[in-house]
Amino acid sequence: MANVTLRNVRKTYPGGFEAIKGVNVDVGDGQFCVLVGPSGCGKSTLLRMVAGLETVTGGEIDIGGRIVNQIEPADRDIAMVFQNYALYPHMSVFNNMAYGLRNRGMKEAEVKTRVDEAARVLELTSMLERKPRQLSGGQRQRVAMGRAIVRQPKVFLFDEPLSNLDAKLRIAMRVEIRKLQRRLNTTSIYVTHDQLEAMTLADILVVMNGGQVEQVGNPLAIYEKPATTFVASFIGAPPMNLMSTRPEEIRSQLAGSGAADAGILGIRPEDFVITDQTPADGVVLPLTVEAIERVGAETFIYGTRAQDEQRIAANPGELPPGEVIVRIPGSEAPPIGERIRVAAVRAKLHLFSGDGRTRIEA
Amino acid sequence: MQKQAIFQSRLLPYALVAPQLAIVLIFFYWPALQAVVQSFLLQDAFGLSTTFVWFENYIDLFKDAAYFEAIVRTFLFSFAIAVSSLSFALLLAVMADKPLRGSMLYRTLLIWPYAVAPPVVGVLWIFMLHPSLGVLSRYLRNMGIDWNPLLDGDQAAALIILAAAWKQISYNFLFFLAGLQAIPKSVFEAAAIDGARPMRRFWTVTFPLLSPTIFFLLVVNIVYAFFDTFGIIDTMTRGGPGTSTVTLVYKVYSDGLLGGNLGSSAAQSVILMVMVIVLTGIQFRFVERKVTY
Repeated sequence: MANVTLRNVRKTYPGGFEAIKGVNVDVGDGQFCVLVGPSGCGKSTLLRMVAGLETVTGGEIDIGGRIVNQIEPADRDIAMVFQNYALYPHMSVFNNMAYGLRNRGMKEAEVKTRVDEAARVLELTSMLERKPRQLSGGQRQRVAMGRAIVRQPKVFLFDEPLSNLDAKLRIAMRVEIRKLQRRLNTTSIYVTHDQLEAMTLADILVVMNGGQVEQVGNPLAIYEKPATTFVASFIGAPPMNLMSTRPEEIRSQLAGSGAADAGILGIRPEDFVITDQTPADGVVLPLTVEAIERVGAETFIYGTRAQDEQRIAANPGELPPGEVIVRIPGSEAPPIGERIRVAAVRAKLHLFSGDGRTRIEA
Repeated sequence: MQKQAIFQSRLLPYALVAPQLAIVLIFFYWPALQAVVQSFLLQDAFGLSTTFVWFENYIDLFKDAAYFEAIVRTFLFSFAIAVSSLSFALLLAVMADKPLRGSMLYRTLLIWPYAVAPPVVGVLWIFMLHPSLGVLSRYLRNMGIDWNPLLDGDQAAALIILAAAWKQISYNFLFFLAGLQAIPKSVFEAAAIDGARPMRRFWTVTFPLLSPTIFFLLVVNIVYAFFDTFGIIDTMTRGGPGTSTVTLVYKVYSDGLLGGNLGSSAAQSVILMVMVIVLTGIQFRFVERKVTY
């Protein structure tokens, strides 16, 4: 059991490329921390630095009150689950799990007890004699988990462990990982680019972009109050609608209450309602319906606003300028081509500075 | 997708493969057949008359103590060459696999010796270790070693093994490096986190995962030591001193072309042919089965 604290952690490669530009994160004992961000944001590098597989060029990594910057991976008391599982292909499932224990000179009887217990928990008991190539993707994933839990380490590290699985299995394993972590109550750091995985697993969510932390906090708090437009468009699917406040149509509706400094307005798709009335306080947008996606329980309406506007910023997953997504429950939707009016109440509006780097509380 | 080509004429496909077949037949099968025929014949010393003697050449061979010595010597040489060049190449490959500055440069440098022809290898080593010309021989004598491979059979054998193994290191290195790079880095990282120190990591992870490569190279190296060392032996020792560096292949040459005993020489080459077929068979069977761990 241990806290993991990153203090101003930096990584600069010999070529001068700065992969991690000063990260501060504090993961409490037994907490599940998820690092999320687009590819190339440095999340995997950061995890590998915690594991000791990458050198730290600045700052401190503290595991359980001990600075581990100069300590070998084997001596950090961590276990890691790799994206490709990294099982030893020439060893049986049993030996894969036992390897780390035997390397530490554990008695064979104790090794057997631990491996059998882990195999029971992960439902691998009938497969202990098989080689990894005789297992399915999900089973290999469980062996990789087993290899981590038999060691009973202070910290689990997960590097996109579910990205090689199919969609259905991924959801099942996600739930299993969470249950397992809750039961073992081991501090965990989990890297993913999947915002849904991030939202569902995390106690603490760390949203990263370009080697920096954009926001740290409780996943729902981040969802409700994203600190930057990057976080706003990265967390949540479909992404938050972001639009410039410059057009008169929007500026006039935002009159008063901090809107003067705001350059960007954000509204989540589910915060819109289709209405003919103009609400007393809030924003109304006239839209032309361009496309409809019905997924059963809910429907997504893709509309374009009357006025074209300049593009706000080029963040991944962002909508083309002038396009708005509306998410409504049920499968009733206006026909394509119809002009509708959608409204969002004042409390559901997100305001950001013109560069998208600061949230403005109205 | 059509897998079978359709030809208008029935003869065209045969005409197309004919040149290839002709080469194989003329340059491989015909000489091989000649050797088999020759091995049943006995020529007199002046090459005036030839008698058909059935298996007499073979029987004579197996009665000949010198032939048995050559067999044992060839196996010893092969074993020594294969083991020393494999282990040294593996060591170099493991070193070169590390992400170090300029690794491309020394990888390239390590591969170069492969381009050197065996007789040239022999000449190179002779320049270094010839008892009177050799650069290194002086140092060896200064160190109190009585270095004279021209008179000492064991030293001559050691010299051949050294040169032949050196020549093969590049080839082995190339395969080992490729083999190492085929293993995902995360497996080594997982082992490092699992608390395996570098030596233990090598013996429990790297070595078993390279075992298919090692086995393949072992067969290739034995074939090499059997047949391709001729040039090295011929330039360095010519089988001497005495017969202490005469291998099976060298004996085929010396008995046939130098000794004039064509029948025995042909019989020996037929025996060698059988050995090659067996070795190649082993190799094919092995290469077919890709995964062995």
